[in-house]
Amino acid sequence: MSKSHSFIYDRRIRNLVFQGLMIVGLAFGVWWLGNNTLDNLADQGKSLGFGFLTKTSGFQISATLGTWVMEYDVGSSTYLDVYFIGIINTFIVAILGIVAATILGFSVGIMRLSSNLVIKGFATIYIEVLRNIPLLLQLFFWYFAVLRALPDRRSQLEIIPGIAGINITGLYLPAPLAQNGLGLVFICFVLLVCAAFALSKWAEKRQQLTGQRLPVFWAGTALVILGTLLSYFISGQPLDWSYPVYKDTGAVLRRGFQVGSGMALVPELIAVWLALTLYTAAFIAEIVRAGILAIAKGQAEASYSLGLRPGITLRLVIIPQALRVIIPPLTSQYLNLTKNSSLAVAIAYPELVSIFAGTALNQVGKEIEMIVMMMAVYLTFSLLTAAFMNWFNARVKLVER
Amino acid sequence: MADKAKSTDIAFVRQSDAPVLPPPATEAGFTGWLWHNIFSSMADFSSAGAMLRSGLTALLSLGLLYFGFAQIYALLDFAVFSAVWSDPDGLKREACWTTEQGGGLPAGWHGACWPFVWAKQKFIIYGPYPSEELWRVNLSAALGLVGLVYVLIEPLPWRRYVGAAMLTIYPLFAFIMLTGGNSDTPLVSVGTWLVAGLAVITVGRMGKKGYLGRNIAEFSQLIGITGWLFVIYNAVRAIGAADFGLVPVDTRDWGGLLITLVVAITGIVASLPLGILLALGRRSEMPIARLLSTVFIEFWRGVPLITVLFMASVMLPLFMPEGVNFDNLLRALVGVMLFSAAYMAEVIRGGLQAIDKGQYEGAQAMGLSYWQMMRLIILPQALTHVIPGIVNTFIGLFKDTTLVSIVGIFDLLGAGQSAIADAAWSSPVQALTMYIYVAVLFFVFCFGMSRYSIFMEKKLSTSRKH
Repeated sequence: MSKSHSFIYDRRIRNLVFQGLMIVGLAFGVWWLGNNTLDNLADQGKSLGFGFLTKTSGFQISATLGTWVMEYDVGSSTYLDVYFIGIINTFIVAILGIVAATILGFSVGIMRLSSNLVIKGFATIYIEVLRNIPLLLQLFFWYFAVLRALPDRRSQLEIIPGIAGINITGLYLPAPLAQNGLGLVFICFVLLVCAAFALSKWAEKRQQLTGQRLPVFWAGTALVILGTLLSYFISGQPLDWSYPVYKDTGAVLRRGFQVGSGMALVPELIAVWLALTLYTAAFIAEIVRAGILAIAKGQAEASYSLGLRPGITLRLVIIPQALRVIIPPLTSQYLNLTKNSSLAVAIAYPELVSIFAGTALNQVGKEIEMIVMMMAVYLTFSLLTAAFMNWFNARVKLVER
Repeated sequence: MADKAKSTDIAFVRQSDAPVLPPPATEAGFTGWLWHNIFSSMADFSSAGAMLRSGLTALLSLGLLYFGFAQIYALLDFAVFSAVWSDPDGLKREACWTTEQGGGLPAGWHGACWPFVWAKQKFIIYGPYPSEELWRVNLSAALGLVGLVYVLIEPLPWRRYVGAAMLTIYPLFAFIMLTGGNSDTPLVSVGTWLVAGLAVITVGRMGKKGYLGRNIAEFSQLIGITGWLFVIYNAVRAIGAADFGLVPVDTRDWGGLLITLVVAITGIVASLPLGILLALGRRSEMPIARLLSTVFIEFWRGVPLITVLFMASVMLPLFMPEGVNFDNLLRALVGVMLFSAAYMAEVIRGGLQAIDKGQYEGAQAMGLSYWQMMRLIILPQALTHVIPGIVNTFIGLFKDTTLVSIVGIFDLLGAGQSAIADAAWSSPVQALTMYIYVAVLFFVFCFGMSRYSIFMEKKLSTSRKH
């Protein structure tokens, strides 16, 4: 009887055969693509290899955090330096964007839940307009239509007289200059943060024993701020500021902001930052709204009937539960923001895609190696975030009933 | 005792209803609406904290009101009140110059230059597509629109067939119309493959009837499908090579809204089957299939679209054997398709996960095979469930098509951007005018689709209520 039972009807064997075919197909595909690529490269007289990374690069990169950190110098810096400059500039705009978009997004999201029609309406219009216009268009708008309309390089638009000003070459701010002893202040700050955490732990324990709540958040914040300030003054104010120097007299070509004074943010960075922040904030606002609405009304009502005030209800009942809903999509928005920072290539902000896969690729011509290296950066970041999310989801799942 | 009796004597029992009073002003009518929606949030003075909160709310509302109206007024002033609407004398850029630049408008004028947009209208919608051939684009678009509306309106008959035609015949028609056919396909190879495909179909048929033994009979369906795929693919190539008397238009001459729609629609339609396969693969019980699908999905989701487009335009030509040449648009389309397939797979996987386990078990208990179960029971439910998600993916893709302008394809935004570079219309308001116009076009499309997605979501959630 079992003889007539063909292998074809055995699901395990079927699956094995099917998967074997898959592997063979994949291997063949990879071999075919690789073979074609090697042929094509040979035809073009090229070869694979990462030797180009140690060659010196021959192009100028506008002064940004990346060039400052890597001490970029045309003629002596290598393409590997260019790669790291790209990574640093990508991440600086991503971090700036994430911080600003979170603050703005949470504010707009909460505003959209307001019972006040003006506030709610404003938030709704903001979200609908910003979400439905492509990011690249918004980026062009800020860069070509708004920032290009700023005063030229020989004049300025004063924001805070003597401290901050803006013109077409960028935003000028005071630059911090660390003196001896700043490290000590920093150590103090770290210690104080630890102390604040210890305080909150102690207050929690005390609350469980006695039922009394202490204003531990304000106490901790005050401790950190006042303590740091105190250590700063005791150690003799070890922080100097270099203010941007602006001249509107003298030789015409010497007018404007003086090189080497203060800190300049290039307009490309400002445009990318503005566009990413405003665009992502609209999405974050929707996530926050959905997260808060996802918490059943009964939770708030039960908390009120226990006699908790609205502020405490929000802080102890609504937000902890809403965060569990909010954080996963929020993280993916952070990821989107980081990936979207690659749009900066369109206005030539010197981030990874622009200088490494753009300018450097044109000079070196190592398409495969360079694009793989570029993708690896984004991929690593995405996978790390995904790993964090899995860990987080597993953790909050235990709390769930 | 007497006391008590007396108190009952003077008790008052009401004989009639109390008069019906009008509701308090704060609860009904326009004032009530105003109170509830605006003022109640800033009129709580019961404690110091509440007073502070009310004050801040009032300040915030006033500030936002002022800011919002200032922005809206600035936009209206620029785009409507101060705008230049026509250029009767054919002045071009001088029509939008102030006296400072040598034009006729007062100094300090700031408004939109609509004649510039009218002059570039054809370029923004069609790109450099030859003017005398525009009817082909218009006809394809009109037919597509009619078909789409027909499919979306619920009570119309034959919706299924119209939908099927929209997915099969219409793309072919639009392809011929837009490119003009006449592609230089080697007809010998097409013919050979067609014959081979027909042979495979015949084998499948014979296998099904049992002429080739039991083992082949088991796989006859798979063999038949493979044969049909060959035949269809090569038939499409043959039709693409046929001469319909249309002038061929190279994809380099496509542009503007045309490119945006072609990339977005092709991307989403082509990514649907691939997305379904990937989603099924990721939930499959075969570890290798699961691993490959997961790696594929996470790879494309982990990198930005720009890098995908860079890869498609730089690396794809290297991957292909000598002689195979992709045009620029096709490269971008391949990139967009792979990219959106990964996102589509995740959306569909969400739908598959939402299907009750009993549905799978029921289908299996009926003796359906895996593909029968998926095709007849699971996917119809899962796909309806995720229509809003698919529409949202489409909106995202529609906005993301703007990125193709970075690899040198002139989509709506790219066409606008290159129109701005035209010196014949150069003026300080040129860029802003064009951005507002393009933004309005994008907003109309995306906002419309998002409303549709919300509508579907509501409809689906009511129909699913128990």
